[in-house]
Amino acid sequence: MNSKRNLLRLAGTALLAPVTAQAALPSLRRRSSMADYFPNVTLETHDGRKVKFYDDLIRDKLVAFNMMYSICEGICPKNTANLRQVHEELGSRVGRDIFLYSITLRPEFDNAAALRDYVRHYNIQPGWTFLTGRRQDVERVRVALGFVGDDAKTDADITQHTGMLRIGNDRLDRWTMTPALGSHRQIKRTILELT
Amino acid sequence: MNKSHTPGPDQASRSATGMSRRDSLKLGAASAVAAGLGLAPSQQAQAEDVPPGPPTAPWTMPLTVMRPKKPVAELNPPPTREAGPKEAGRAPHQIWGEPPHALYRIVVKEGQHSFHPNLPTQTIRGYDGTFPGPCIVSRYDEAALVRFVNQIDPYAVGFGSPEISVHLHNLHCASESDGFAGDYWGTLRHGPGLTRAGNYKDHLFMNYYAGFSTDPNGVGDPREALGTLWFHDHRMDYTEQNVYRGMIGSYILFDEIDSGNENDPNPQALRLPSGVGTYDQVLMISDVQFDASGNMVFNPMSENKGHLGNKITVNGKIQPYFRVQRRKYRFRFVDASVARFYEFYLMNGTNSEDFQYIANDGNLLEAPLTMNRVRLAPGERSDIVIDFSKYPLGTKLYLVNRLAMKDGRGPEGLVSRGTEVLRFDVAANPTTPDNSRVPERLREQPPIDLSQVTKRRFWEFDKKNSMWAVNSELFDVEKPAAVIPKGSTEIWTLQGHGSWFHPIHIHMEEFRILSRNGKAPPPHERGRKDVVALAPDERVEVLIKFRDFTGKYVMHCHNLSHEDHAMMIRFDVV
Repeated sequence: MNSKRNLLRLAGTALLAPVTAQAALPSLRRRSSMADYFPNVTLETHDGRKVKFYDDLIRDKLVAFNMMYSICEGICPKNTANLRQVHEELGSRVGRDIFLYSITLRPEFDNAAALRDYVRHYNIQPGWTFLTGRRQDVERVRVALGFVGDDAKTDADITQHTGMLRIGNDRLDRWTMTPALGSHRQIKRTILELT
Repeated sequence: MNKSHTPGPDQASRSATGMSRRDSLKLGAASAVAAGLGLAPSQQAQAEDVPPGPPTAPWTMPLTVMRPKKPVAELNPPPTREAGPKEAGRAPHQIWGEPPHALYRIVVKEGQHSFHPNLPTQTIRGYDGTFPGPCIVSRYDEAALVRFVNQIDPYAVGFGSPEISVHLHNLHCASESDGFAGDYWGTLRHGPGLTRAGNYKDHLFMNYYAGFSTDPNGVGDPREALGTLWFHDHRMDYTEQNVYRGMIGSYILFDEIDSGNENDPNPQALRLPSGVGTYDQVLMISDVQFDASGNMVFNPMSENKGHLGNKITVNGKIQPYFRVQRRKYRFRFVDASVARFYEFYLMNGTNSEDFQYIANDGNLLEAPLTMNRVRLAPGERSDIVIDFSKYPLGTKLYLVNRLAMKDGRGPEGLVSRGTEVLRFDVAANPTTPDNSRVPERLREQPPIDLSQVTKRRFWEFDKKNSMWAVNSELFDVEKPAAVIPKGSTEIWTLQGHGSWFHPIHIHMEEFRILSRNGKAPPPHERGRKDVVALAPDERVEVLIKFRDFTGKYVMHCHNLSHEDHAMMIRFDVV
């Protein structure tokens, strides 16, 4: 176990990827099909770190992404509250082997400081990272995650933004999604079934 | 968004929407993904929603013919009413009496499949490891028990879920054998509908007519007989991925009337063309998307639009040929695609040939219809009889799909040339005399008696914030949206919204379409059905009963992307 951890540190990943003792798991060095698909742009976390979207946030991890913006008065407050409850129930696994991410739809307004305010306002615990960046980078990430409206009009209307939580396990190359407004028991189940 | 009023599915059309830069980017991304079983991603997409696949030479291999799967003499451990110690934690079989007439064992596993000699073999996941899976042939009043054994690695890599739930679409079936979306299981994990994981799960298919529990003879109403069914995965959240990856199979039911013997001495027997695998053929249609390297791809990020393939397969092969004798054949079409609608024509040169349309969703009509097209939405079935004796030896007829579809939203309209998917070669004279018939009366239909209706329900199908919803609610696996007393008769109104088509499917019983936008349905939809394609903004009323069984069932859209996210409701019969 320790030697594998050291290897990961040397490889420069920002967060430790967990090593579980499952003989059936493929090697950590295996390149998932999504490695070429996701743009490896640089985003900024709410605590001011610069991260590479695929390498640092997704590679070899179990992740859940949703979209929000700080002044959203529609679905975001409920989504955030729901996800907070999921976060609580998953406990210390979040940030260890399960990673929650929220990406802003308004990167020009939601800079790191604004996202920190949001995190404080909702009393969000560590392990759940909020992300911003340059508009074109955040756009590429949004589109890559499939958070796109059906047509140009719906897509441009921010109040109709997605309420989906995109969940995936990069090592297993398996992705799904579930409504962020769904029952938190269901969200927790969907995440845990991917572990 | 423009919404055109649609009088009915035959004239359905919808306004085209322009492609935004975002859409192109998304599609570019879509084509760049190779699924877990593929190699490196392909080049950026062109303007179409579905990039063209690699070239494949047509008519290079014969149709894979579905033959009846052989039952086994025994199962070890023997099937029991309660779930066995190594069995997934299902509820006990609500009916359990004499041992079933036939036992089957189906292993759900990965397999290598060749869609075409020009393409590399693909790793599929299917029933018995084949694409499609087996064909089970049953008879009414002869129960079948199928043991599904899950041999998919719980840590399998790639799209699809190791846990499964098998639904036999649309047997009148007990809830614990119906494959409820929350009843998923594997060797490691299980869904909220079960109490534990397991190596296998037994599904008991009583093969009784609806109404048997209130019939003093215990037989039920023969007018409620089903015919062409199919089984497929139904695991919540991953149904589309699992079905696309190969979890499909077929199931045929015969009875005294549709007896499966064209030489049947019984005067009640219809003597339709018979012999599953000879003159009675199952045609499972699935479209698959291949990248430039010939690998089957699935982009989990493009679930918004539903997945369209760039190659249409028939029984798992691209453009096969089928040698026929100059006599009648029965063909059972199954739309096993995750999103694509079809409209098939039988082309003889430039002539579109007529045939006899005899059953919709597996249910025989009152009388055959002379038609020249078969229109299918995902989940629907159509049975037709083609009489090849009309054509001289050497004639080649083509089954052509003329329905254009730009994306998973729904069909666009007919194109003049279309895609040839199957070739019939009129190759020989009949080896024995063709004693089959297509009689003028097929099956009497149960009367439509509205006086029995105890409740009306209204279901709206819509999209909110990228989530598919029914009555603005998302699917809740733990809570029914309707609780229905067993034996009820209800009228359900199904209302579509927006610019999407929704093939709505109701489990447990067949329904009758009372109206489409206030008008009678077209003749081929006046019998019993279990899938009804809602065009954008269409309003359909159906009459449905809930007889004989209790437990959890579902209604959902059969565009599997919608079903997964989360256009489905649970209803409980109590």
